[in-house]
Amino acid sequence: MPNFFYEVHFYLFGLLAIGSSIAFVTRKSPVAAVLWLVVTMFCLAALYALLEAHFIAVIQVLVYAGAIMVVFLFVIMLLNLGHPAEIADIRGKWGRLAAGLLGLALFAQVMALAGKRLPQPFTPGSGYDPDAVRDLGAIGSVAQPLFNEYLLAFELTSIVLLVAIVGAVVLGRRRRVDAR
Amino acid sequence: MLAESLALSAVLFTIGAIGVLTRRNAIMIFMCVELMLNAVNLTFVAVSKVYGMAGQVFVFFVMTVAAAEAAVGLAIIIAVFRHRQTVNLENINLLKG
Repeated sequence: MPNFFYEVHFYLFGLLAIGSSIAFVTRKSPVAAVLWLVVTMFCLAALYALLEAHFIAVIQVLVYAGAIMVVFLFVIMLLNLGHPAEIADIRGKWGRLAAGLLGLALFAQVMALAGKRLPQPFTPGSGYDPDAVRDLGAIGSVAQPLFNEYLLAFELTSIVLLVAIVGAVVLGRRRRVDAR
Repeated sequence: MLAESLALSAVLFTIGAIGVLTRRNAIMIFMCVELMLNAVNLTFVAVSKVYGMAGQVFVFFVMTVAAAEAAVGLAIIIAVFRHRQTVNLENINLLKG
C-alpha cells in the first residue's frame, strides 16, 4: 500500500529526473550533458526500485549509467569534443520553433490523457501473479518468463549483440594507408 | 502510481524529442535518443506492475538493443569524424541534393 514515505520519494525522484533531463538537453558542453544524463538514469533506477522492479533497477545502473554512458564519455573525449563547438550546437529559429511546437503538441496530448482514466479492459494479463516477486525473488520473477515464453527472443538477442560487435569493430577499424 | 509514472515517462520522452530536434551535435542527438528509450522503459516497468512480468522482460530487450545501438552508432560517428573532422550535422551533408 503506497504510504506517505513512498509517495514523497516517488515525486522527489520524478522531479529530479525531469530537472536533470532538462539540464541535460540545454547544456552546451557534451561532457556536462553526459553527466546530467547519468543523474537522470540514476533517478530512473530509483523509480524502478520504487515500482518493485529491483532487477531492472540494478541493470539500469550497471548497463546504462555504467557501461553505455562511459562509452559515450569515452568517444567524446577521444574525439576531443569536450569544449563547446565554435558553430552553435543548438539550432536556429526554425529548429527551435519546430521543437517547441512538437513539445506543446506532446504536452497537450499528455494533459488530454491525464483527464481520463486508463481504458477499462486494462486488467491483469493471464501470466500475472501478484506474489511472483515474493515467491521467486527479484531475479527469478524476471527469469521465469524470460527463459520460458521469450526464450527464442532471448537467443536472438545474442545474434544482435554479435552483429553489433562485428559492426563496431569493422567500422571503427583504421584502414591501412598502403591498401590503396 | 501508474498514472504518475506514465505522465513522467511522457514528459521525459517529450524532452528527448525536443533535444533531438534542437541539437546539431551528432553525439548529443544520440544521447537524446537514449533518453527517449529510457522514457519508454519507464512505461514498460510501470505497466508491468499492473499487467505482469512481461514488461520487465521487454525492458531487458530494449536495454540490450540500446547497448548494441550505442556501440554501432558511436563507431559510425568515429568513422564520420575521421573523414570530416566534425560531428556537427550541418557539415555532414553529402547526401543532400
